[in-house]
Amino acid sequence: MTLNDPVIAAQGLDLTFETNDGPVHALRDVSLDIGKGEFVSFIGPSGCGKTTLLRCIAGLEAPTGGSLTVNGMTPEAARRARAYGYVFQAAGLYPWRTIGGNVRLPLEIMGFSKTEQADRVRKTLELVELSGFEKKFPWQLSGGMQQRASIARALSFDADILLMDEPFGALDEIVRDRLNEELLALWRRTGKTIGFVTHSIPEAVYLSTKIVVMSPRPGRITDIIDSPLPRERPLEIRDSREFIEIAHRVREGLRAGHVDE
Amino acid sequence: MRNARPVLAVLAVLLGIWYAACIPMNIQEVLTTAARAGAVVIPETAPERLATSRFVLVAENLDHIGASWSVDRARLPSPEQVLGELWKGIFDQPVTSKRSLVYHGMITLQATLAGLALGLVVGVGLAMAIVYFRVMDLSVMPWAVISQTIPIVALAPMIVVLSNSLGLGERLGIENRLVSKAIIAAYLSFFPVLVGMIKGLRSPDAMQLDLMRTWNATGLQEFSRLRLPASLPFLFASLKVAVAASLVGAIVGELPTGAIEGLGARMLVASQFGQPLLMWASLFAAAIAAGGLILVVGLLQRFVDNRLGVRS
Repeated sequence: MTLNDPVIAAQGLDLTFETNDGPVHALRDVSLDIGKGEFVSFIGPSGCGKTTLLRCIAGLEAPTGGSLTVNGMTPEAARRARAYGYVFQAAGLYPWRTIGGNVRLPLEIMGFSKTEQADRVRKTLELVELSGFEKKFPWQLSGGMQQRASIARALSFDADILLMDEPFGALDEIVRDRLNEELLALWRRTGKTIGFVTHSIPEAVYLSTKIVVMSPRPGRITDIIDSPLPRERPLEIRDSREFIEIAHRVREGLRAGHVDE
Repeated sequence: MRNARPVLAVLAVLLGIWYAACIPMNIQEVLTTAARAGAVVIPETAPERLATSRFVLVAENLDHIGASWSVDRARLPSPEQVLGELWKGIFDQPVTSKRSLVYHGMITLQATLAGLALGLVVGVGLAMAIVYFRVMDLSVMPWAVISQTIPIVALAPMIVVLSNSLGLGERLGIENRLVSKAIIAAYLSFFPVLVGMIKGLRSPDAMQLDLMRTWNATGLQEFSRLRLPASLPFLFASLKVAVAASLVGAIVGELPTGAIEGLGARMLVASQFGQPLLMWASLFAAAIAAGGLILVVGLLQRFVDNRLGVRS
């Protein structure tokens, strides 16, 4: 793998689920390259396969056709090599572990030394601004803080790729805005490659360097937009003409997907 | 203290019913004693009284019912008589005496705990097998349910005979009787543990299991770090039922086996030799033991809850 090779490369990806009501085409002919350090959003209505695509990249779902590589490996091999951190919509913290204990969990599983564990827990909690909450239990934290802890958990073992499945979907708009800002700052600082599933247009446009618009039945890509926005993005950028133009194009892409039906 | 009030109210009602029931239950003996002492009772002769309804006797001899709560060999001893017998059985003799309820209680408790331990091992082991192997779920689970529909009283003698003829106790270096009692107690206590643990081990949702997969966790890590801790609250709920079931099993195990020691044997002896007072006292001793065991489980649960950060 050379420097310019994509971190994630999909070519003609197909995934068909066999159900009792006949086959369901979750993904059809999905082709996509994601380069190192990109922030890629997958946006589309429910049933468009955006989560399924993310799960394929994570090796949690096996495609039925086409090719998919992650870090030049099969997704399964990449999963076994612990190539990515995954954040789900629900924080899914273990209630019987403290925040620190939750962040430490993947480190324990991967066999880091005790001192290394403590060090990394401290650092990642700092990164998501949860220092001082290490000894607290999940129920003592707000929803937004819990989601930050779950991001810390995904970051703690320092994988190059971060996959996020509607991580802020269950949070209110104000908390969401803040976490979006923080996530951008975190991305700039760490240089990670991020795959981000969302169904919010402003969120996708604000965060991404690349926006993948998808449509349902069968799940496919209708548009890939490379964002011209700078890496440095204050919240006010959302009122700029460029931002509104990209948002418009995303909306058009989503609408086009629906006309096809 | 506010929590105690409903409990005390129920206790007061129960005691009220008990005291009231003593009057018609003991009226025959009360009147017999009174008649022997020369008092006037209606009707006058014993055969006549035997043919009369208890309630009619009570209604016609209201003067004598004061003695209802202190009859020797009463059909229904009064609460204070039972308490007195209990006190005598617990405190009035050395705990090594064959007449001490503490001595017999310890014997029953030993079988209860051994049975509970065996039930825990079997219950948890089976639950793990059923959760991890679909074949076990399909083949063993129905039999586990069926096993609980067989009356333990019918099964107990067979277990005793079997374990004796196999000489299980001698091979394990334990008293034979303890082995068969423990097996009977385990037979009753494994089931709640099994049901609770199956539910508990299956309680992690798909997302939590996926998360483990993203970290490429081994099956053992998934078990020890996710399924097992997630199942603990379920285990404790089951354990409270299992403890009580185990005690019942130990007592039932003492009834038909010719046991001469243990609370069950004490109850059997009392009923055969017409000592209802002793029977009641043994019964209450068993209830106290059960209460104590459940209290211990509760304390253990609180300790574990604290460790696991359960919101109190």
